[in-house]
Amino acid sequence: MGLTCQSCGRNACRTQWGGRAEHDYTIALAGNPNTGKSTVFNALTGLKQHTGNWPGKTVWLAQGYFQHRDKMFCLVDLPGTYSLFATSADEQVARDFICFGRPDVIVVVTDATCLERNLNLVLQVLEITTRVVVCVNLIDEAQRKGIHVDVPLLAQELGVPALATAARDGEGLPELLDAIYAVATGEVNPNPRLVNYPDEIAAAIDRVAARIGPMLPDGVNARWVALGLLEGDESILATARANAKETQLSVWGKEVSVFAR
Amino acid sequence: MPVDRSVDANLSSAGDMRDRIVATIYQRAEEITNRVCRMERVPDREWDRRLDDILTSRWLGFPVMLLLLGGVMWLTVTGANYPSALLANGLFWVEARLTDIFMWAGAPDWLHGLLVLGMYRNLAWVVSVMLPPMAIFFPLFTFLEDLGYLPRVAFNLDRFFKRAGAHGKQALTMSMGFGCNAAGVISCRIIESPRERLIAILTNNFVPCNGRFPTLIALASIIVGGVVSSYGSVVVAGLVVGIILIGILVTLLVSWLLASTVLQGVPSVFTLELPPYRKPQVGRLLVRSLLDRTIFVLARAVVVAAPAGAIIWLMANVMVGEISLLVYTAQLLAPIGRALGMDGYILVAFILGLPANEIVLPILIMGYLSSGVMIELGNLAALRDIFISQGWTWLTAVCMMLFSLLHYPCATTLITMFKETHSWRWTAIGALLPLAVAILVTFCVAQGGRLLGLV
Repeated sequence: MGLTCQSCGRNACRTQWGGRAEHDYTIALAGNPNTGKSTVFNALTGLKQHTGNWPGKTVWLAQGYFQHRDKMFCLVDLPGTYSLFATSADEQVARDFICFGRPDVIVVVTDATCLERNLNLVLQVLEITTRVVVCVNLIDEAQRKGIHVDVPLLAQELGVPALATAARDGEGLPELLDAIYAVATGEVNPNPRLVNYPDEIAAAIDRVAARIGPMLPDGVNARWVALGLLEGDESILATARANAKETQLSVWGKEVSVFAR
Repeated sequence: MPVDRSVDANLSSAGDMRDRIVATIYQRAEEITNRVCRMERVPDREWDRRLDDILTSRWLGFPVMLLLLGGVMWLTVTGANYPSALLANGLFWVEARLTDIFMWAGAPDWLHGLLVLGMYRNLAWVVSVMLPPMAIFFPLFTFLEDLGYLPRVAFNLDRFFKRAGAHGKQALTMSMGFGCNAAGVISCRIIESPRERLIAILTNNFVPCNGRFPTLIALASIIVGGVVSSYGSVVVAGLVVGIILIGILVTLLVSWLLASTVLQGVPSVFTLELPPYRKPQVGRLLVRSLLDRTIFVLARAVVVAAPAGAIIWLMANVMVGEISLLVYTAQLLAPIGRALGMDGYILVAFILGLPANEIVLPILIMGYLSSGVMIELGNLAALRDIFISQGWTWLTAVCMMLFSLLHYPCATTLITMFKETHSWRWTAIGALLPLAVAILVTFCVAQGGRLLGLV
């Protein structure tokens, strides 16, 4: 729907609307660029974030609230990113929130018309947390293109709830809400099937993870940080350092730098 | 603590590690996709690609872009004429009734002057001049955006930005600037390299935003309307398109200048994804364009114009010797204004318009009205008469349009620039560089026009 008054002028760099409400759970909306995250965000929160048909439109965290059944949810719309091994400033914003923002549930919005490329991000997110819901958006567009996605089978393959939606028309959103609710409250405990890395990589990940685990702040997935470091993402250090407790900062910062090289 | 180096022993290099991790993830993604996705041949899906072949073709891409832009402008100008006249008539009818009420109530002259002839009349001009073009232009622009046309524009412009030593994505951030420069500056975050991001931030201002489009369209209509009548809309549309093209050209030139002096470096490579065309939701688009952009811009113009109106009113009524402070200031700035093809009042309007570009035109009208020129109630022709009575020619209008296009961004955008760059120095450059460009260009146009005897 184009630019809105909540997305220009001095509102352009505001990150939150309607005051900071009391909420039970924080939900992050992640996904590749231009998969309809902002459309899902608007549909769920009733807000009017700028939506538009081009990649890279959302560059900052937008925050809104909604209620489902008896719980209040805070929804965070992240900039689109292809990978959690980030390069640009907006992608780092997304990565930092997913890795260190400790949301209760991460909803990965995927584009049904090019699922394969989108699954790359899904698989990376699964490394970080088990509390993931996959939203297979643009299912209507995929149907028009003759692409059929077996969403229940996808859920089985990934080991987390997966739902088909056409967010623009509101299709599938009630089911998405139910899935978010179930995972957030712990009614459903997803058991993701992780990627099997070749033996020597798996061994390397385990060794690094075991080493840096005790030095990381609580709730940060050591295996993930290890993977990021081995992958060569240097910027993960800065954020992890900023998130580490003051006393541990110097010790583990130095330690981890060595692994990164 | 001892450092465990045995990890590296098994692996030939870090690059190899990286490749293998990425490859493993991709392999798994492919595996899952093959299992859950089933492709079916759908015959009639080729139009997407054929449309892209035309819209992004080397030869047709640009003519189509110009045609679309010109078409949008033409629709805006043509469509705005009638409601503008209707609104003006309606609002000035109300003014007459308001005057009647004030007369009947025996209100003092100064109160009637301030409230009705000052504030209300000014408001009426702003609404009738700015509302109709916005109400037509914004939905049309949003339609193109929702359709997915902006990335195609970026694709077409990419090679020019690259040649200028900037990032191809700057074409996208520039497009964003057409809506709002503050939003445009923030959108520069999609550019990875700090050097190229800075170039994009500093040059975002050279495309007209929500606040400046109505000003440009109104100025073009007012001035052209007096010169030609039959092809009026086409000429006005052409003029606005020309101004936009100049803006894009200046964006490229200044980017090139920055890239070859203070911000040197090699342009980075990136892949631009062309999203599929999507059918815009016309209903929602209309509502949002009207409520969120049209009313928003108008409200901003009215709200910010009110205190500015008070300042103008004060300036017009505080006397410095024989003349009012407003006339005094305008006369002081007049020599500079004249050198740039404008006058002192226009410069006052631009200076007071720093908080928001929407209010430049309202302030100018206010300034002219309060300097003693009373005009009859009426239509847009009357507004033209005010300008002409102040010595305007087409050159004045062109110079004001150019200055509006190129001058420093609004205060909100400057604050955003500071937030994004964390540097007062770059923010100052973000204000002064465009100002210098605006002064240089208007000076050349004004002096050139006069030398050639065009006015």
